[in-house]
Amino acid sequence: MSERVLMKGNEAMAEAAIRAGCRHFFGYPITPQTEVAAYMSKKMPKIGGTYLQAESEIAAINMVLGAASAGVRAMTSSSSPGISLKTEGISYIAGSDLPCLIVNVERGGPGLGGIQPAQSDYWQATRALGHGDFHVLVFAPSTVQEVVDLVFLAYDLAEKYRMPALLLSDGLLGQMMEPVSFPDPVEGGAEKPWAACGHQNKRPHNIINSLYLKADELERTVVERFARYAQIEAKEQRCQQYLCDDADYILVAFGATSRVSQSAVDTLRAQGIKAGLLRPITLWPFPKDAIRAHIPHVKGFLSVEMSMGQMVDDVRLAVEGKAPVGFFGRTGGVIPKPSEVVEAVRKMAGGDR
Amino acid sequence: MAMVYQKSKMLTDAPLHYCPGCTHGIIHKLVAESLEELDAGGKAVGVAPVGCSVMAYDYFACDMVEAPHGRAPAIATGLKRALPDGMIFTYQGDGDLAAIGTAETVHAATRGENITVIFVNNAIYGMTGGQMAPTTLPGQVTQTTPYGRDVTTAGFPVRVCEMLATLSGVAYAERVSVDTVPNIRKAKAAIKKAFETQAAKKGFSIVEVLSTCPTNWGLTPTEALEWLRQNMMPYYPLGVYQDRTANEKGVF
Repeated sequence: MSERVLMKGNEAMAEAAIRAGCRHFFGYPITPQTEVAAYMSKKMPKIGGTYLQAESEIAAINMVLGAASAGVRAMTSSSSPGISLKTEGISYIAGSDLPCLIVNVERGGPGLGGIQPAQSDYWQATRALGHGDFHVLVFAPSTVQEVVDLVFLAYDLAEKYRMPALLLSDGLLGQMMEPVSFPDPVEGGAEKPWAACGHQNKRPHNIINSLYLKADELERTVVERFARYAQIEAKEQRCQQYLCDDADYILVAFGATSRVSQSAVDTLRAQGIKAGLLRPITLWPFPKDAIRAHIPHVKGFLSVEMSMGQMVDDVRLAVEGKAPVGFFGRTGGVIPKPSEVVEAVRKMAGGDR
Repeated sequence: MAMVYQKSKMLTDAPLHYCPGCTHGIIHKLVAESLEELDAGGKAVGVAPVGCSVMAYDYFACDMVEAPHGRAPAIATGLKRALPDGMIFTYQGDGDLAAIGTAETVHAATRGENITVIFVNNAIYGMTGGQMAPTTLPGQVTQTTPYGRDVTTAGFPVRVCEMLATLSGVAYAERVSVDTVPNIRKAKAAIKKAFETQAAKKGFSIVEVLSTCPTNWGLTPTEALEWLRQNMMPYYPLGVYQDRTANEKGVF
């Protein structure tokens, strides 16, 4: 561990990626993720790494596909509209079983939307980062320190399960400064005997590919991938819980809204309402087991989001109708106030009593 | 008995799926032989496109990556940055390279990306059954230009080598043809030179190969070769369009 330094979320993320062994960054400017690229462009040439400003988001993600095929830890970062462009490449990366790190510093949408913080890409991140049957690992940090820690974890799990990892940040976390310390640097990551790095006339040729023209063959590869996904869902669900054990009302919130929600929980407790916070750290796999464990004692769950209600779908799927599930959110770049969240819980609890 | 000819070791034993009379097979052979003669097969990584040569990853005996449609130069860029001493090449058709992948092609070229592009121009989308390509000639009948390509509505064909030759990152750009034995020999020399350009780290290299598509042109293989000579060669003249390989540092 390094000593603690004060850093912006986006810059800490870039530094963490470098320390996690990433030497290949391919990006394209877009607000509010630009500091990631700017930091990489400053650092990479000094350490023999690659910073390459691509001609488009589409090219950038395909450069990641190429570098990941060669077996190195590659990365790209963008914000919401740019991620939409990357989805083609992400689908191919998933279909080719390649590990890599993709960052979305979310902003408001749809369309060009806005440049203020949002969480309205939850559906895209967890359901539809491209065409076809596949998942990516999705991590949702809520502090700058967690941004750093999850970058390391994202690369490790991406390589372990041979799939892309997405770090879902937002404009608030990206621009905010907090003290961080960095884990010891690692180099290169796991062995990659499957990589297309030149066989040096020593082994049969490796092929990185997502095309299977025979239906039964394609089905077999997808089913094999889903067997891996089942393992991940069993082993890799992560969340943090705050005062959940005796809670009547559990707020479910990730990233920036979990910070707002934690303040709301403290206020509600002071008012005599037993509230708690369950903060998903992995959005896929969604921490449904932890949520389910609270069903017997809660009077309700409230999903708090910077969207019109997207993660609430996963809360409902986890709860399976066995407890009330509510939603409160602001969207378009508006950050909910703790007082608004408190009000939403009080309303769920039957109004002012 | 003396061996006078054998299939290149850089080709696998997989049977090619190409139509009878298609010249992809010849071009595959030239690429494979060039890699073998340069002893570059062990460090080579090829990038296959989307189009007729989509399954090239099964045919070349080096490591291979299959790209999304048009993105091969971006993937080759990622490979090359990770493997600076690798021999990285793309093998792309006209729709892949000059329509959906134009941005990737132009920017890899202008960056002087040290990769080699084998560009197969047969003036049509073959894999999808013969639609208009960016290189389809004025007046040429295809499935989607049933009255012939009308340049007033469909625009003009793209001359890729001429366009790329204007860019400072291009070390070597040549257009060749595989319609006759002498031209096949010239094509082989060009492909080999393109790989040598990369080995010497001189910058972006591209060889455009005029190729036939008897199936979708609706011609016999021999008629197709004649059609190429009569129609493609006047619009796409053979020759060297850029050569900065004599410069010690290439394009830089």
